[in-house]
Amino acid sequence: MFYREAGDFKLSYEADSQTFPIRFDRYRYYAVLAVAFGIIPFVINDYWANAILLPFLIYSIAAIGLNILVGYCGQVSLGTGGFMAVGAYACYKLMTAFPEVSMFIHVVLAGGITGLVCILFGLPSLRIKGFYLAVATLAAQFFLVWLFNRVPWFYNYSASGQINAPERDTFGILITGPNAQAWATYLFCLIFLTGCAVIARNLTRGTQGRKWMAIRDMDIAAEIIGVNPLKAKLSAFGVSGFFIGVSGALFFSVYLGAVEVGEAFGINKSFLVLFMIIIGGLGSIFGSFAGAAFLVLLPVVLKVVGVDVLGWPTDIVAHFQLVIVGALIVTFLILEPHGLAQLWRVAKEKLRLWPFPH
Amino acid sequence: MKTKLTTVALGALLAAGPAMADLVFPDLSYRTGPYAAGGIPFSDGYNDYFTLVNERDGGIGGVKARVVECETGYNTEKGVECYEATKGEGALIYQPLSTGITYQLIPKVTADDIPLHTMGYGRTSAANGKVFSHVFNYPANYWNGASGVINHLLEINGGDIKGKKIALLYHNSAYGKEPIRTLEELSAKHGFELKLLPVDHPGQEQKSQWLQIRRDRPDNVVMWGWGVMNQVAIQEAANIRFPMENFIGVWWSGAEHDVMAAGDKANGYKSVTFHNVGSDFPVFDDMQKYVVDAGKAAGAGDNVGKVLYNRGMYAAMLAVEAAKTAQDIHGTADITGAMMRDGMEALVINEEKMAALGMPNFGPSFDVSCENHGGPGLVGMTQWDASSQTWSLISDFGATDGEVIGTLVAEDSGAYAAENNIAERCN
Repeated sequence: MFYREAGDFKLSYEADSQTFPIRFDRYRYYAVLAVAFGIIPFVINDYWANAILLPFLIYSIAAIGLNILVGYCGQVSLGTGGFMAVGAYACYKLMTAFPEVSMFIHVVLAGGITGLVCILFGLPSLRIKGFYLAVATLAAQFFLVWLFNRVPWFYNYSASGQINAPERDTFGILITGPNAQAWATYLFCLIFLTGCAVIARNLTRGTQGRKWMAIRDMDIAAEIIGVNPLKAKLSAFGVSGFFIGVSGALFFSVYLGAVEVGEAFGINKSFLVLFMIIIGGLGSIFGSFAGAAFLVLLPVVLKVVGVDVLGWPTDIVAHFQLVIVGALIVTFLILEPHGLAQLWRVAKEKLRLWPFPH
Repeated sequence: MKTKLTTVALGALLAAGPAMADLVFPDLSYRTGPYAAGGIPFSDGYNDYFTLVNERDGGIGGVKARVVECETGYNTEKGVECYEATKGEGALIYQPLSTGITYQLIPKVTADDIPLHTMGYGRTSAANGKVFSHVFNYPANYWNGASGVINHLLEINGGDIKGKKIALLYHNSAYGKEPIRTLEELSAKHGFELKLLPVDHPGQEQKSQWLQIRRDRPDNVVMWGWGVMNQVAIQEAANIRFPMENFIGVWWSGAEHDVMAAGDKANGYKSVTFHNVGSDFPVFDDMQKYVVDAGKAAGAGDNVGKVLYNRGMYAAMLAVEAAKTAQDIHGTADITGAMMRDGMEALVINEEKMAALGMPNFGPSFDVSCENHGGPGLVGMTQWDASSQTWSLISDFGATDGEVIGTLVAEDSGAYAAENNIAERCN
């Protein structure tokens, strides 16, 4: 009834090619932004920020980054954990070397450094494809973790090899460290997520995104119609690396505060982010959000229901959590191989026709 | 999803509402994952001691203790979630049993004014109370453990280990890297040669490390392992016929489940400790009567008297005594985290106290002070007897190299203070 194009006339090309051409969609988007920026910061507490919203925001950024590489450009990567580690360690080195500089700049620079590292590890993609590329990026994962464990310069020669985020601010507001307010950390991550999502959405709608998709769908055909595979692939690695680096930097400095590379950025992290985009939907920005929400929120919900409401022993709940999340992943992939984003798309299509489906 | 969660959270709050007057002791345990073998007995002991205090003494100073268990799986992200979920309930003390989670919690607990007790793990330099106001690691820390191992080797070698080759087989994480500094200092001091052999998480894959041990033939192997890594290492040592009495683990590598897998071949394996082993203490009679027979034991109830169960119980005992001290200092039974911290800083553990609790000679006597949060660092040695399947204490609790450790603690805590702009306390 409300969700339809009819009567929504576009008078300019800009209006016609905007991100949300349907009015209802657009208003929904504004409403989400208004709630996220205008209401949540005033009601948030430490638990909501640290246990639920921060991981959701940060994993969403990582998922968007990986989605550009895997979902849009078709280059399978298992190096996400390692690239997040690059972002985290770059951020740590910058934070300790230039304490007076704003956190915004540190995080953006950390993203940039990760982008460069990612391009470097993306070079093999020009020669190898598919599973073989996955193996090459897997090597990146292990190499980077090993590097940050092995070279003491990266962790400033601390006895334990841990890196700890010191207190840093931006515009005088503490962002990292234990005294940072929940709303400040939340807003900081939200601003990055919003920025990343808008950039990613617009990149993928434009020339660059079409080049990536052409490479994904058939690289030889893409080359024939004039897409330069070198530029397309490496730009995908670079942009994806930037986003993943930003998420790694936020993950370390804002969310956890102290990180041990093998534990926080191991191969499990690579798989987790990959599962997020597979469940959420490859090649969809909304899918990145949905996948991150699914894998971050579901375990917390199950834990709250099992332990706090039903009063079950914690180990039983932890085991059930694995079983239920696993079963849901399998079910989703059987019923809807294109992920949650496809469900969303189908729902929207149905809404457009509603109430006259024929 | 969000509204659902809010209702659930609200429901949980309402359910927890009437019990607000309890003394809350969160137990960030791990009963799942590769480290569960160690996490389960520790958590059982921790829970059971509080049950015992509630059942036998009617609580601490008349107020019941309530343990809130939260599963971390030895994972730092879940640790954060557990911390945030439990701190709002009026948590008095955190004991995460994980060095990684400890590092994360150190700044957080200091900001939230809740003490953190990392008994025999965590950040070693937290022993310096001048810098770490809310972190305690009495009665002993990793560096005491490392020094205790070397002292034992000195003792059996007639005070001279010059030129000996000692290999450190360690979990490649913050936990495993902790003793390296001390061992390096000690190797310079006593003239032994130190070899470092890292094992990656979770520690099932150690073939190459043991191949290297076989080739280098070190005189002794020292292990800083946890979870499944311990069993694998002891099995591998048995496979290459490494003499077990020359293989010494830290206290996290010396429990029943670590040595059982290797059977008779594990006979003679040693491990340092900072508390007594076995179930030959009067407290276990009470435990049997009030907890186990009453069907209130935590978990499966089959861990009573095991090494890590005793350690969990000891941790709980120290927490209860600190809570009592805090109640005395502040003259109120209903203490807060800040008061608990004062109680821990004024804690005195002596032989009479332990005997009165039914735990004579269970651990060392010590006083905590504002400057010293680390206790005396007395370390004993235990050895595994495979035929009777028991650990037994083979030496008294002896002093460790305070000179070397003191310097390192001052250095590391000084670096932390400088990094975080912390002014020294206790002046």
